[in-house]
Amino acid sequence: MSNEWPLWEIFIRGQHGMSHRHVGSLHAPDAEMAIKNARDVYTRRNEGVSIWAVEAAHIAASSPEEKGPLYEPSNTKVYRHPTFFDIPEEVGHM
Amino acid sequence: MYAQLIKTARSGITPRDEMTDQEREFQDRIDRNEKIEPKDWMPDDYRATLIRQIGQHAHSEVVGQLPEGNWITRAPTLERKAILLAKVQDEAGHGLYLYSAAETLGESRDELVRLLHEGRMKYSSIFNYPTLNWADIGAVGWLVDGAAIVNQVALQRTSYGPYSRAMVRICKEESFHARQGYHAIMQMAFGTPAQKQMAQDALNRLWFPAMMMFGPHDSDSTHSEQSMAWKIKVKSNDELRQQFVDQTIPQIEYLGLDLPEPGIKWNEERGHYDFSDPDWDEFMDVIRGNGPCNVDRLAARQKAWDDGEWVRDGLMAHAKKKAAKLAAE
Repeated sequence: MSNEWPLWEIFIRGQHGMSHRHVGSLHAPDAEMAIKNARDVYTRRNEGVSIWAVEAAHIAASSPEEKGPLYEPSNTKVYRHPTFFDIPEEVGHM
Repeated sequence: MYAQLIKTARSGITPRDEMTDQEREFQDRIDRNEKIEPKDWMPDDYRATLIRQIGQHAHSEVVGQLPEGNWITRAPTLERKAILLAKVQDEAGHGLYLYSAAETLGESRDELVRLLHEGRMKYSSIFNYPTLNWADIGAVGWLVDGAAIVNQVALQRTSYGPYSRAMVRICKEESFHARQGYHAIMQMAFGTPAQKQMAQDALNRLWFPAMMMFGPHDSDSTHSEQSMAWKIKVKSNDELRQQFVDQTIPQIEYLGLDLPEPGIKWNEERGHYDFSDPDWDEFMDVIRGNGPCNVDRLAARQKAWDDGEWVRDGLMAHAKKKAAKLAAE
């Protein structure tokens, strides 16, 4: 009798203008119930003011095996970081 | 603890030169304190052991609602009732976080629940003891959640990412549980002589069951070694138990209650309290299903599951119908 509710991933936006952040998952029959359940499970202590619920099956994820080739191109470009450039102290804060 | 006597899916510890290259690389990541994430390669036994431990932990949270739920309708004040209700609701949430963590390993929640109901998975032995009166509710929050915190704080550093993150969330909420329990006990310990006696009696009865939560002695805990090497377990049973005793004795003294057993003595040399062993035969007996409440607890779980079936099915049927209608438009 497996009639298990699908899995949803829950994202919450906190109060201070931060973006939505993944907080966990839950089971729910549909989107409306997913949001209601997320309210009950993940916002019991003022954790947020906005909820996104996404059915887990709809999330595409990068694969850990591709970690090397996927991120390598940016690893070699250290000049993308501000600390790469030495600016004389006389110039002041930049 | 909330997970006791977890059989590691592998007996003994695999020496490095017997590991495959993949296993060696995996062990190196663990040794570097890297978190293992759901889609990463992991040894089958690591996965199986984690499912057992996280599953048992989840079951403990859910079954743990029963001894306290028992007192919601009889809480002494409306405020205490609201607090207890909030605590018990938290426990349901903790169960959910943990089932979700287990699900990332490829085990469905329904399957874990089925294994629990069939008696093929366990929950913590502590919940097979009854809560006889209101003082027990205070003592459960104070001692049982207090013991759980000691274990779960350590587990925040566990090697599996989703388990570790669930522990971080749980620890934040668990502190409320322990404090509300201690607060309730304080009121009784500083109340009438009869109330104080109830607090003392609850402490005396729950002390050894709380000690058992940490599981057998390290020397008898044959499955721990590989779990420690994989950092599924972070601290040993005896280390955690000692930590719990050391932090709890001053709390007992503050309440003006007598120590629950005569073996508790400060040991200057060790810098820790000495204490007596719980009755390990009783522990094994409770684990085997013969504690005072084992039958009741499982029956209550099974009944809740069966009684809820029409709701689960009904909501799913409604969702499918709505989706079909939307697709037809």
